[in-house]
Parts: sequence; structure tokens; C-alpha cells
Amino acid sequence: MKRNSHRAQNIAFFFLLMATLLIVVPVGLIVVIIIQKGLPAINWQFLSDVPRQGMRAGGIFPAIIGTIYLVTGAIVFALPIGLLAAIYLSEYSKDNPLNRIIKLAIINLAGVPSVVYGLFGLALFVIFFKFGASILSGSLTLGIMILPIVITTSREALESVPQSFREVSLSLGASKWQTIRNIVLPNAIPGILTGTILGLGRAAGETAPILFTVAAFYLPQLPKSIFDQAMALPYHLYVISTQVPNVDEKIRYGTAFVLLALVLFMNLVAIIIRTKFRKKKKW
Amino acid sequence: MVIFDIKNLNIWFDSTQALKNVTMQVLPHEILSIIGPSNSGKTTFLRILNRLNDLNARFKMNGDVWFNGQDIKKVDVELLRRKVGMVFALPLPLPLSIFDNVAYGMKMAGVNSRKRLAQVVENALKQAYLWEEVKDRLGESAFKLSGGQQQRLCIARTLAVEPDVILFDEPCSGLDPISTAKVEDAMVKLKEKYTIVLVTNNVKQAARVGDRTAFFLSGELIELDKTEKIFTVPQDKRTDGYIRGKFG
Repeated sequence: MKRNSHRAQNIAFFFLLMATLLIVVPVGLIVVIIIQKGLPAINWQFLSDVPRQGMRAGGIFPAIIGTIYLVTGAIVFALPIGLLAAIYLSEYSKDNPLNRIIKLAIINLAGVPSVVYGLFGLALFVIFFKFGASILSGSLTLGIMILPIVITTSREALESVPQSFREVSLSLGASKWQTIRNIVLPNAIPGILTGTILGLGRAAGETAPILFTVAAFYLPQLPKSIFDQAMALPYHLYVISTQVPNVDEKIRYGTAFVLLALVLFMNLVAIIIRTKFRKKKKW
Repeated sequence: MVIFDIKNLNIWFDSTQALKNVTMQVLPHEILSIIGPSNSGKTTFLRILNRLNDLNARFKMNGDVWFNGQDIKKVDVELLRRKVGMVFALPLPLPLSIFDNVAYGMKMAGVNSRKRLAQVVENALKQAYLWEEVKDRLGESAFKLSGGQQQRLCIARTLAVEPDVILFDEPCSGLDPISTAKVEDAMVKLKEKYTIVLVTNNVKQAARVGDRTAFFLSGELIELDKTEKIFTVPQDKRTDGYIRGKFG
């Protein structure tokens, strides 16, 4: 009997380990291959020059800058609106069927394919508001795409602040808004930041939402205003991988490497900020 | 003069009735102990007095509660909570420094002067017998204090707002006997300046500190009288049974 349960445990352990390896190995391979093939392409010229010879030579500087602009624009738009919506949903809205449907709808919006957001942005910002294909349209589209992530994670962060803190604050004569501002929000910041940066990473990597709203096929100069088109890393990678013949493999993997590094860097920043706040967390 | 005048108070959470037709008064400068088994409505009653039940969406009440001659449903709720402070069952410091915990209520009431706040914090900590233990580390996190110190910090935090009434909700349930004795000493001294309503699961604590004692059972007020009468010649045999430990 004892031996049997031991064997069952070993078999279960084996399958759990295999399942984990099945996830870890491909991810590890992607990172290793991109670093191995992309790293040799990285030099100062590649990072700081414009693309040359029909994107077969030169650098990817405009695409890097374009992606940074788009991500910044998306967050400037999505963070304040998302945070305010999250505060409303978690602190003020009553628990009734309508609000439950709204919360569920927001969670589900995070799963809508990004190309749908792209079409939405095309219809609303590019055509209806006449922003044209521009950084503004692209940023707003990306912002709308990451809003559900920002709202959902912020809401969870706010709701994880213990109810007892709210009761203590109110019992001392603080108003509801004072309680939110002084007790709830400061303790929810790590969670809110995590959600924001997850959204940022998604915004930096998506191609479909910027395809119709901002991305330029080839634009060897930097955008001058938010109404200009811009190149962006994911779209540039798509272009040089499938649309332009005879691009050196090194350049393609180099571009992929830069995109990956940018996203990983943002995640790293999030982890550092969160750890710093966690240390300050005192309960 | 009466501090709280409660008439025919009924409380429901959804369809469950938590208090049934309670009529009683809280008198100035007394310690009113409320005893009774769990689920008898003691804490619900306490949270009526500073309207903390309002936070619960399922809460409904009818009947009258008057505080210093005013209907509590009509007074400004933040003002009411400043006048009626509360100390919770578990020590619940806010995630702030010792100083900021005690200064919190005053800051929220709009007091910003550093000097005035320092004065308030020192006075409150002295009244709660904590000043000597923390005066050199006011900037430290309140979570670094021991459980008993944290609970006295919570008392100081309540006192700092300068209330008229202090509600204690089983304030010693998480404390060892020595910390409990310190909190009880503090309460007895505090009644000179404040009115105290004490909910306790500890019958002996009610006997030790209470001027009057109320016995709640299943949402009903069974008996309310001077503490020595409740503990020597209770009128109701259910009161007698409870204080002798026959049920509960």
C-alpha cells in the first residue's frame, strides 16, 4: 500500500515536471535563439541610424523612437482614465447586476483580438475624428487596447487593501475620499504599477492596432509632431521579415532582439518598483 | 443628561434581524459593558453608535438613536465619528508611522500645524500609557510595536481626535493578561473624561470595569442594570445562566 502511494506520487511529480518543462523550454529557446542571432547585429550604428538601401542596411532608430512615443502616448491616456475607472468600480459602485456585468465586460475586453482594436481605431480616430494615420491615433488605439488590463489589475490592487483599514480610517472621522487618497491608493500602488507595465509591454509588442492607425512602411526620418506617422518596431519587424526580399537575417533578428529587450526592460523596471514598494508594505 | 438615547431599535442585514426592539440609554462618564454570546448583536449595536454599519450594503434599520439630543441619521457622519471614537477587536494600526497613526484623525479634520499635531500626539500617547515606550521612535512603522502596544496605540489614535464617547469592541480579545490589565487600567482612568461603551466576550472583564452591564441574547436586550446587581442578583434567569457560564 505504502509503496503504491509512493509510486503514484512519483508519476504525478513526473507529469507536473514535464508540463512545466514544456512551457519553460520553448520560451527559453526563443530567448536564446533571438539573443544568439540578434546580438551580433547590435552596434551603435544599428541603434542610432535610419534604415538605408530599402531597409536592407542602416539602423532602426526611427522605429525605436516611434515605439517609445506610442507606448508613452498610450500610457498617458490609459493610466489616468483606467485608474479613475478602477477607483469608481472598486470603491463607489454598488454591487448590483449592472455593475457586475460592467466588470465582467471589462475583463472580457482584454481578450478581444488586437486587430479589432486596430479597426476600431481606424474608424474612430483616423476617419471620424480626422486625426489621420498619426502618432495620436495610434497612441489612443493602443491606450484603449490596454485600458481593460489597467482597470482590472488596478481594481484588484485596490480591492486587496484590507477592508479593516478603510473602517479604521472612517471611524477616525475621515471622509470616504480622504480614506481612498490616504490609505487605499498608497497601498495599492505596487499592484497598479504592475498592471500598467504589463499593459505597456503589450502595447509595445502589438502590430495589428498600429497597422491602420499610425505605422509607416518606410519613413527614414523622425516624426515632428503627434500628427505625423511613425515607424514602430513590431511593424518594422513584420515588414522586413515578409514584405521586403533579401533582408539580412542578422537585421531581422537584431530588430527582434531590440523589441524583446525593450519589453523585458520595462518588466524589469516594474519588478524593481514593486519590490521597493513591497519592502515598505508593513502588514 | 443622556449621551445616547436608543428607542425601539430594529436592525436587519437583508432579511436576518440582528437587533430586536432595543431601548436603552448610555449615560455620561460611565463604562457601559455589553456582554452576551457571539451573534447576540453586541458588535452590531456598537457599530450603530458611530454609523459604521452604513458601510454594509445589506444593512437596514428603524427606530431612533439620539446622540446628545440629535438624531444620528441627520448629523454629519464624519463629525459624529469624530465625537464617537472606536477601538477595534484586533490591534489595527494603519500602515503608517507611530506618529502618523496618532495624528491621522486630526490631519483628516484639517489640522496641519506641525506643532499642534506634535502636542496632540504626545498628549494622546500619554493618556494611553504608551508615551514612555515610544517617545524615541515616533517615526518608526506602527507594525514594529508588540500587540499590546499596538492596541494602546489604537486607543491613543482614537483619543487624539478628542471624542466624547469611545466604543471598545472586544479590545482585549487578542491580548495577553498583562496587556489586558494595562488596557483595563486605561479604560477606568479614561471614564473621567469620556463615556465608554465596552463590548466584551469576557464576563469577568465586564465585572471588573463596568459601571453598568447590559446582557444581549439573540438580538434582544435581556437586562441592563448596575454591574454589581447584574452579577449578584440578576432579574432574568438567562442572565444568571450566562454569567455563571452555563451557556454561550
